[in-house]
Amino acid sequence: MEKLQAMATQVRRDIVRMVHGVQSGHPGGSLGCTDFMVALYFKIMKHNPSFHMEGANEDLFFLSNGHISPLFYSVLSRSGYFPVAELGTFRKLNTRLQGHPATHEHLPGVRIASGSLGQGLSVALGAALAKKMNGDQQFVFCLTGDGELQEGQNWEAIMSAAHHKADNFIATVDVNGQQIDGPTAKVLNVESLEAKWVAFGWEVLHMNGNDMNDVVATLELAKSKCGAGKPICILMKTEMGKGIDFMEGTHEWHGIAPNDEQLAKAFAQLPSELADY
Amino acid sequence: MATLADFPVQNEKETRAGFGDGIYEAAKINPKIVALTADLAGSLKLNNFIKDFPERFVQCGIAEANMIGVAAGLAIVGKIPYTTTFANFSTSRVYDQIRQSVAYSDKNVKICASHAGLTLGEDGATHQVLEDIGMMKMLPGMTVIVPCDYNQTKAATMAIADHQGPVYLRFGRPKWPNFTAENGSDFVIGKAQLINEGTDVSIFACGHLVWMAMQAAVELAKEGINAEVINIHTIKPLDVDAIVKSISKTKCIVTAEEHQINGGLGDSVAQVAAKHCPCPQEYVAVNDSFGESGTPAQLLKKYGLDSSNIIAAAKKAIARKG
Repeated sequence: MEKLQAMATQVRRDIVRMVHGVQSGHPGGSLGCTDFMVALYFKIMKHNPSFHMEGANEDLFFLSNGHISPLFYSVLSRSGYFPVAELGTFRKLNTRLQGHPATHEHLPGVRIASGSLGQGLSVALGAALAKKMNGDQQFVFCLTGDGELQEGQNWEAIMSAAHHKADNFIATVDVNGQQIDGPTAKVLNVESLEAKWVAFGWEVLHMNGNDMNDVVATLELAKSKCGAGKPICILMKTEMGKGIDFMEGTHEWHGIAPNDEQLAKAFAQLPSELADY
Repeated sequence: MATLADFPVQNEKETRAGFGDGIYEAAKINPKIVALTADLAGSLKLNNFIKDFPERFVQCGIAEANMIGVAAGLAIVGKIPYTTTFANFSTSRVYDQIRQSVAYSDKNVKICASHAGLTLGEDGATHQVLEDIGMMKMLPGMTVIVPCDYNQTKAATMAIADHQGPVYLRFGRPKWPNFTAENGSDFVIGKAQLINEGTDVSIFACGHLVWMAMQAAVELAKEGINAEVINIHTIKPLDVDAIVKSISKTKCIVTAEEHQINGGLGDSVAQVAAKHCPCPQEYVAVNDSFGESGTPAQLLKKYGLDSSNIIAAAKKAIARKG
């Protein structure tokens, strides 16, 4: 557990450094989902950093809210998919670390482009169905945002996954209650998420996405509930900007970068646990 | 020397039936093939596939956006998914899903689209997509195929299973003369098909209008006009060499397609001509309008897509050579 927390701190340092380095990107959601992604890649998933697109007999992860790419890239690199030093190329010309995740440049660990919201659940469902056709016992994970659920395609996928009994599919919703134009409840209320997912035929779990113990325990519980005819949804409460006090509790840091002074303040709150890139 | 006599009409069949028979045959050979539909399994003639390969069929319901994403996910794990619905719902309804999850992500998804164009008929303009070739050919990496008859649709359906990468396969609803090789041996992706050699005008056609171009060539011959007819079944990648070779000889062009005048086959051919061999070109296509209800024959006549329009366009193109 301490190792996971140390990794989460290092990943948060990576995120703010990447976004600061190119003065663009999305730190808020990335910081909020850090504990979840670290738990997934360093504890929960069976996966192979030598990377084969088909991922036979591996767990697969799909990031639907592709704008939290700094987090995805940091976790992939620190898992061994590509050199950590490459994080310094984020959002720059002629690199593999595109603003939003893409397969076009063949970045190991990324299986689908995402950024235009609402498409990841469908793709993850297709992968889950293919695994079932192949008799592959491993799991398919997907992360979406809560604001992202305003896109109608999600509900097509949610309906379809239950209909097809995709019980190897664990979808997590980042319930941070924020989106670009303000609180989700004000922009377009998506609640009650639990009632909606249950009504669509999913098993629904809750977790505190910024409590590593709870994240690990809930993801393990979700895996244990697979194979019972229902896909699993985890409603994950997070704080956008988690770990850096002046970024927490607001949507203001959804898509802006810290300046030099803010970066120094952020680093002061995140002691380097491993080594910066 | 290819002539019209090499293509006797064997029967009349729906191109969509060629798809249904093609995917069934392909599935027998290739266990990776999966069929998806958005509540149109019957219209796309998937009955035999579903009967013999139920475990490889995914009914997606009336949820096309999800179907495209599911197909991308299936492809990631190594399947060869064929999505099926009407052409309108295969393209304009799901353009962003195709763009991001299939084309940009380079997924091996086959987007199979029936009921394309005016010949869908009585359902009217809501269903008569006339912009799909343009939308699909604009996507980097997308292969776009518009076969001309039952045999060719069956051959194309089987061929795309062995072609790595995203494909848009466009076909139609009505019974139509069937004249290409029964075994599909005359179909190669990306290779234009010479139907009739000629010297006076090059008629490039795709889909149902290849037959109209053949009819036009017969009539033109009676007036001493020797028309070359070439079936451009693959709009992308375009067989540039075949087009340049033909227009270097004939020095004028007619393009014929069941599609808007903007963005379709005609514009693809015009790009080649402008670069390699500029010469007069006449378009036989829908002139920037929506369709309407009617029988296929009525609609092709009203919107200027039948053989008489191709004949008139050929004469005009020849006259413009000066």
